[in-house]
Amino acid sequence: MRTLIYLFIGILFGITMFKSEAASWFRIYEMFKFESFHMYGIIGSALAIGIIVVQMIKRFKIKSFYGEEINFNTKEKTLSRYIIGGIIFGLGWALAGACPGPMFTLIGVGYFPIIIVIISSIIGTFIYGLLRDKLPH
Amino acid sequence: MNWIFQPWPWYIAGPMIAFIMFLLLMSGKSFGMSANLRTICTICGAGNKANFFNFDWKSQKWNLVVIIGAVIGGYIGSYYLTTDMAVAINPDTINDLNILGFMSAGESYLPDELFDNSSLFKVKNILILSIGGFLVGFGARYAGGCTSGHAISGLSDLQLPSLIAVIGFFIGGLTMIHFLFPLIF
Repeated sequence: MRTLIYLFIGILFGITMFKSEAASWFRIYEMFKFESFHMYGIIGSALAIGIIVVQMIKRFKIKSFYGEEINFNTKEKTLSRYIIGGIIFGLGWALAGACPGPMFTLIGVGYFPIIIVIISSIIGTFIYGLLRDKLPH
Repeated sequence: MNWIFQPWPWYIAGPMIAFIMFLLLMSGKSFGMSANLRTICTICGAGNKANFFNFDWKSQKWNLVVIIGAVIGGYIGSYYLTTDMAVAINPDTINDLNILGFMSAGESYLPDELFDNSSLFKVKNILILSIGGFLVGFGARYAGGCTSGHAISGLSDLQLPSLIAVIGFFIGGLTMIHFLFPLIF
Protein backbone atom coordinates (compact mmCIF):
# COMPACT_ATOMS: atom_id res chain seq x y z
CA MET A 1 0.00 0.00 0.00
CA ARG A 2 2.75 2.43 1.00
CA THR A 3 4.65 1.48 -2.15
CA LEU A 4 1.61 2.46 -4.21
CA ILE A 5 1.51 5.85 -2.49
CA TYR A 6 5.17 6.49 -3.38
CA LEU A 7 4.49 5.39 -6.93
CA PHE A 8 1.58 7.82 -7.11
CA ILE A 9 3.72 10.65 -5.71
CA GLY A 10 6.42 9.84 -8.29
CA ILE A 11 3.90 9.83 -11.16
CA LEU A 12 2.57 13.19 -10.01
CA PHE A 13 6.14 14.50 -9.85
CA GLY A 14 6.99 13.15 -13.32
CA ILE A 15 3.88 14.65 -14.90
CA THR A 16 4.60 17.99 -13.20
CA MET A 17 8.25 18.02 -14.34
CA PHE A 18 7.25 17.22 -17.91
CA LYS A 19 4.21 19.48 -18.21
CA SER A 20 5.90 22.47 -16.56
CA GLU A 21 8.82 22.01 -18.99
CA ALA A 22 11.22 21.98 -16.02
CA ALA A 23 12.52 18.78 -17.65
CA SER A 24 13.34 20.70 -20.84
CA TRP A 25 16.98 21.45 -21.58
CA PHE A 26 15.77 24.65 -23.30
CA ARG A 27 14.11 25.95 -20.12
CA ILE A 28 17.29 25.44 -18.11
CA TYR A 29 19.33 27.31 -20.71
CA GLU A 30 16.75 30.13 -20.79
CA MET A 31 16.80 30.31 -16.98
CA PHE A 32 20.58 30.76 -16.86
CA LYS A 33 20.23 33.43 -19.55
CA PHE A 34 17.70 35.25 -17.32
CA GLU A 35 15.43 35.48 -20.35
CA SER A 36 12.26 34.13 -18.77
CA PHE A 37 10.50 34.22 -15.43
CA HIS A 38 9.14 30.68 -15.89
CA MET A 39 11.72 28.61 -13.95
CA TYR A 40 12.10 31.28 -11.26
CA GLY A 41 8.32 31.32 -10.89
CA ILE A 42 8.25 27.54 -10.44
CA ILE A 43 11.07 27.39 -7.88
CA GLY A 44 9.96 30.62 -6.17
CA SER A 45 6.33 29.64 -5.72
CA ALA A 46 7.26 26.09 -4.65
CA LEU A 47 9.58 27.65 -2.11
CA ALA A 48 7.09 30.24 -0.80
CA ILE A 49 4.52 27.51 -0.14
CA GLY A 50 7.21 25.09 1.03
CA ILE A 51 8.40 27.51 3.72
CA ILE A 52 4.84 27.88 5.03
CA VAL A 53 4.30 24.10 4.99
CA VAL A 54 7.52 23.40 6.90
CA GLN A 55 6.82 26.17 9.43
CA MET A 56 3.28 24.84 10.01
CA ILE A 57 4.54 21.30 10.52
CA LYS A 58 7.12 22.55 13.04
CA ARG A 59 4.89 25.10 14.81
CA PHE A 60 1.91 22.79 15.24
CA LYS A 61 4.01 19.63 15.65
CA ILE A 62 2.00 17.95 12.90
CA LYS A 63 2.45 14.16 12.84
CA SER A 64 2.96 12.13 9.68
CA PHE A 65 0.14 10.08 8.10
CA TYR A 66 1.43 7.17 10.16
CA GLY A 67 1.39 9.10 13.44
CA GLU A 68 5.18 9.50 13.63
CA GLU A 69 7.09 12.68 14.35
CA ILE A 70 8.31 14.51 11.23
CA ASN A 71 12.07 15.06 11.23
CA PHE A 72 14.02 17.52 9.14
CA ASN A 73 17.62 16.65 8.30
CA THR A 74 19.70 19.56 9.48
CA LYS A 75 22.67 20.00 7.15
CA GLU A 76 26.09 20.32 8.75
CA LYS A 77 27.22 23.95 8.89
CA THR A 78 30.29 24.00 6.65
CA LEU A 79 31.13 25.95 3.53
CA SER A 80 33.45 24.18 1.08
CA ARG A 81 31.27 21.20 0.20
CA TYR A 82 28.24 23.36 -0.58
CA ILE A 83 30.02 25.92 -2.68
CA ILE A 84 32.41 23.58 -4.55
CA GLY A 85 29.87 20.76 -4.87
CA GLY A 86 27.22 23.28 -5.86
CA ILE A 87 29.39 24.78 -8.63
CA ILE A 88 30.21 21.32 -10.01
CA PHE A 89 26.52 20.41 -9.96
CA GLY A 90 25.58 23.69 -11.67
CA LEU A 91 28.10 23.12 -14.48
CA GLY A 92 26.57 19.70 -15.15
CA TRP A 93 22.98 20.88 -14.75
CA ALA A 94 23.47 23.52 -17.46
CA LEU A 95 25.36 21.18 -19.80
CA ALA A 96 23.07 18.15 -19.57
CA GLY A 97 20.02 20.35 -19.01
CA ALA A 98 18.60 17.90 -16.52
CA CYS A 99 18.82 17.38 -12.78
CA PRO A 100 18.45 14.04 -10.95
CA GLY A 101 14.62 14.00 -10.93
CA PRO A 102 13.72 15.09 -14.47
CA MET A 103 16.42 12.88 -16.03
CA PHE A 104 14.29 9.88 -15.09
CA THR A 105 11.12 11.55 -16.37
CA LEU A 106 12.82 11.96 -19.77
CA ILE A 107 13.25 8.18 -20.14
CA GLY A 108 9.46 7.91 -19.96
CA VAL A 109 9.18 10.54 -22.70
CA GLY A 110 11.33 8.32 -24.89
CA TYR A 111 14.59 10.29 -25.06
CA PHE A 112 16.99 7.38 -24.78
CA PRO A 113 20.27 9.37 -24.92
CA ILE A 114 19.32 10.62 -21.42
CA ILE A 115 20.37 7.14 -20.24
CA ILE A 116 23.97 8.20 -20.94
CA VAL A 117 23.43 11.14 -18.56
CA ILE A 118 21.93 8.86 -15.90
CA ILE A 119 24.69 6.24 -16.09
CA SER A 120 27.40 8.91 -15.92
CA SER A 121 25.69 10.60 -12.98
CA ILE A 122 25.77 7.24 -11.17
CA ILE A 123 29.48 6.96 -12.03
CA GLY A 124 30.00 10.54 -10.79
CA THR A 125 28.33 9.65 -7.50
CA PHE A 126 30.52 6.55 -7.22
CA ILE A 127 33.73 8.53 -7.86
CA TYR A 128 32.66 11.04 -5.21
CA GLY A 129 32.22 8.15 -2.78
CA LEU A 130 35.76 6.96 -3.53
CA LEU A 131 37.35 10.42 -3.14
CA ARG A 132 35.16 11.61 -0.29
CA ASP A 133 37.79 11.43 2.45
CA LYS A 134 40.31 13.38 0.35
CA LEU A 135 37.97 16.25 -0.57
CA PRO A 136 37.50 19.38 1.52
CA HIS A 137 34.09 19.49 3.14
CA MET B 1 -9.97 20.61 -18.92
CA ASN B 2 -8.23 21.92 -21.99
CA TRP B 3 -5.54 23.59 -19.88
CA ILE B 4 -4.10 20.22 -18.95
CA PHE B 5 -2.93 19.67 -22.55
CA GLN B 6 -1.17 23.04 -22.62
CA PRO B 7 2.23 23.58 -20.94
CA TRP B 8 1.58 24.18 -17.26
CA PRO B 9 2.31 27.73 -16.09
CA TRP B 10 4.67 28.29 -13.17
CA TYR B 11 1.82 29.05 -10.75
CA ILE B 12 0.45 25.53 -11.28
CA ALA B 13 3.82 23.74 -11.33
CA GLY B 14 5.37 25.46 -8.29
CA PRO B 15 2.46 24.69 -5.92
CA MET B 16 2.39 21.11 -7.28
CA ILE B 17 6.06 20.69 -6.33
CA ALA B 18 5.35 22.05 -2.85
CA PHE B 19 2.42 19.61 -2.61
CA ILE B 20 4.72 16.70 -3.59
CA MET B 21 7.20 17.75 -0.89
CA PHE B 22 4.30 17.97 1.58
CA LEU B 23 3.11 14.45 0.70
CA LEU B 24 6.62 13.06 1.18
CA LEU B 25 7.08 14.86 4.52
CA MET B 26 3.69 13.59 5.68
CA SER B 27 4.82 10.07 4.72
CA GLY B 28 7.81 10.54 7.01
CA LYS B 29 10.23 10.92 4.08
CA SER B 30 11.97 13.83 2.42
CA PHE B 31 12.11 15.24 -1.09
CA GLY B 32 15.57 14.62 -2.56
CA MET B 33 16.10 12.86 -5.87
CA SER B 34 19.89 12.61 -6.11
CA ALA B 35 19.97 10.28 -3.08
CA ASN B 36 18.76 7.62 -5.51
CA LEU B 37 22.05 7.75 -7.40
CA ARG B 38 23.88 6.74 -4.22
CA THR B 39 21.34 3.98 -3.56
CA ILE B 40 21.88 2.61 -7.09
CA CYS B 41 25.68 2.58 -6.44
CA THR B 42 25.07 0.58 -3.27
CA ILE B 43 22.81 -1.91 -5.07
CA CYS B 44 25.58 -2.37 -7.67
CA GLY B 45 27.97 -3.34 -4.88
CA ALA B 46 29.86 -0.06 -4.37
CA GLY B 47 29.89 -0.78 -0.62
CA ASN B 48 32.92 -3.00 -1.19
CA LYS B 49 34.89 -0.07 -2.57
CA ALA B 50 33.94 2.83 -0.30
CA ASN B 51 32.36 3.10 3.10
CA PHE B 52 30.10 5.89 1.85
CA PHE B 53 28.01 3.24 0.12
CA ASN B 54 27.70 0.96 3.14
CA PHE B 55 24.13 1.46 4.22
CA ASP B 56 20.95 -0.54 4.10
CA TRP B 57 19.64 0.39 0.66
CA LYS B 58 16.27 -1.13 1.45
CA SER B 59 15.62 1.89 3.68
CA GLN B 60 15.72 3.95 0.45
CA LYS B 61 13.49 1.65 -1.59
CA TRP B 62 10.62 4.14 -1.32
CA ASN B 63 12.69 6.77 -3.14
CA LEU B 64 13.47 4.36 -5.98
CA VAL B 65 9.72 3.80 -6.29
CA VAL B 66 9.31 7.58 -6.56
CA ILE B 67 11.74 7.77 -9.52
CA ILE B 68 10.04 4.79 -11.20
CA GLY B 69 6.88 6.85 -10.82
CA ALA B 70 8.72 9.83 -12.34
CA VAL B 71 9.49 7.71 -15.43
CA ILE B 72 5.82 6.69 -15.73
CA GLY B 73 4.79 10.32 -15.17
CA GLY B 74 7.00 11.37 -18.09
CA TYR B 75 5.29 8.78 -20.28
CA ILE B 76 1.78 9.83 -19.24
CA GLY B 77 2.61 13.53 -19.49
CA SER B 78 4.04 13.28 -22.98
CA TYR B 79 1.83 10.61 -24.58
CA TYR B 80 -1.56 11.37 -23.04
CA LEU B 81 -1.43 14.96 -21.83
CA THR B 82 0.47 16.75 -24.57
CA THR B 83 -0.41 17.53 -28.15
CA ASP B 84 2.46 19.86 -29.04
CA MET B 85 5.91 19.05 -27.64
CA ALA B 86 7.52 22.38 -28.64
CA VAL B 87 8.76 24.53 -25.74
CA ALA B 88 7.93 28.18 -26.33
CA ILE B 89 11.09 29.78 -24.97
CA ASN B 90 11.92 33.46 -25.37
CA PRO B 91 12.56 34.42 -29.04
CA ASP B 92 15.88 36.03 -27.98
CA THR B 93 16.91 32.71 -26.43
CA ILE B 94 15.95 30.90 -29.65
CA ASN B 95 18.09 33.34 -31.57
CA ASP B 96 21.11 32.75 -29.29
CA LEU B 97 20.66 28.99 -29.60
CA ASN B 98 20.42 29.16 -33.38
CA ILE B 99 23.75 30.96 -33.43
CA LEU B 100 25.24 28.14 -31.32
CA GLY B 101 23.88 25.64 -33.84
CA PHE B 102 20.73 24.48 -32.02
CA MET B 103 18.25 24.83 -34.87
CA SER B 104 15.57 22.85 -32.99
CA ALA B 105 15.19 25.62 -30.37
CA GLY B 106 11.53 26.60 -30.06
CA GLU B 107 10.42 23.54 -32.04
CA SER B 108 11.02 20.57 -29.76
CA TYR B 109 11.12 19.58 -26.09
CA LEU B 110 14.85 18.78 -25.97
CA PRO B 111 17.43 19.84 -28.57
CA ASP B 112 17.46 17.24 -31.36
CA GLU B 113 21.13 18.12 -31.84
CA LEU B 114 21.91 16.49 -28.44
CA PHE B 115 19.05 14.15 -27.62
CA ASP B 116 17.83 12.73 -30.90
CA ASN B 117 18.19 8.94 -30.69
CA SER B 118 20.76 9.08 -33.52
CA SER B 119 23.00 11.13 -31.21
CA LEU B 120 23.81 7.86 -29.44
CA PHE B 121 26.25 7.31 -32.29
CA LYS B 122 27.98 10.70 -32.26
CA VAL B 123 31.17 10.83 -30.21
CA LYS B 124 30.87 14.53 -29.36
CA ASN B 125 27.32 14.12 -28.07
CA ILE B 126 28.20 11.07 -26.01
CA LEU B 127 31.07 13.07 -24.49
CA ILE B 128 28.86 16.08 -23.70
CA LEU B 129 26.12 13.96 -22.14
CA SER B 130 28.55 11.87 -20.12
CA ILE B 131 30.50 14.85 -18.80
CA GLY B 132 27.25 16.64 -17.96
CA GLY B 133 25.88 13.60 -16.15
CA PHE B 134 29.16 12.97 -14.33
CA LEU B 135 29.26 16.56 -13.00
CA VAL B 136 25.61 16.33 -11.91
CA GLY B 137 26.19 13.09 -9.99
CA PHE B 138 29.53 14.09 -8.47
CA GLY B 139 28.41 17.62 -7.61
CA ALA B 140 25.05 16.64 -6.16
CA ARG B 141 26.61 14.16 -3.75
CA TYR B 142 29.49 16.49 -2.89
CA ALA B 143 27.03 19.30 -2.14
CA GLY B 144 24.77 16.86 -0.31
CA GLY B 145 21.77 17.41 -2.55
CA CYS B 146 20.44 18.67 -5.86
CA THR B 147 17.63 20.97 -6.94
CA SER B 148 15.00 19.04 -4.97
CA GLY B 149 17.11 18.44 -1.86
CA HIS B 150 18.63 21.90 -1.55
CA ALA B 151 16.63 24.43 -3.64
CA ILE B 152 13.25 23.07 -2.51
CA SER B 153 13.58 20.97 0.69
CA GLY B 154 16.57 22.73 2.27
CA LEU B 155 15.49 26.28 1.46
CA SER B 156 11.91 25.53 2.59
CA ASP B 157 13.47 24.63 5.95
CA LEU B 158 15.47 27.92 5.80
CA GLN B 159 18.82 26.15 5.95
CA LEU B 160 21.83 28.33 5.22
CA PRO B 161 23.93 25.47 3.73
CA SER B 162 21.22 24.96 1.11
CA LEU B 163 21.34 28.64 0.19
CA ILE B 164 25.10 28.37 -0.29
CA ALA B 165 24.63 25.26 -2.44
CA VAL B 166 21.99 27.00 -4.59
CA ILE B 167 24.35 29.97 -5.07
CA GLY B 168 26.94 27.40 -6.17
CA PHE B 169 24.43 25.86 -8.63
CA PHE B 170 24.03 29.30 -10.22
CA ILE B 171 27.74 30.12 -10.33
CA GLY B 172 28.28 26.78 -12.10
CA GLY B 173 25.30 27.11 -14.45
CA LEU B 174 26.08 30.70 -15.42
CA THR B 175 29.75 29.85 -16.04
CA MET B 176 28.76 26.92 -18.24
CA ILE B 177 26.28 28.83 -20.37
CA HIS B 178 27.99 32.20 -20.67
CA PHE B 179 31.66 31.18 -20.84
CA LEU B 180 31.91 27.49 -21.73
CA PHE B 181 29.03 27.03 -24.21
CA PRO B 182 30.68 29.26 -26.86
CA LEU B 183 33.78 27.05 -26.58
CA ILE B 184 31.89 23.73 -26.64
CA PHE B 185 29.27 24.39 -29.33
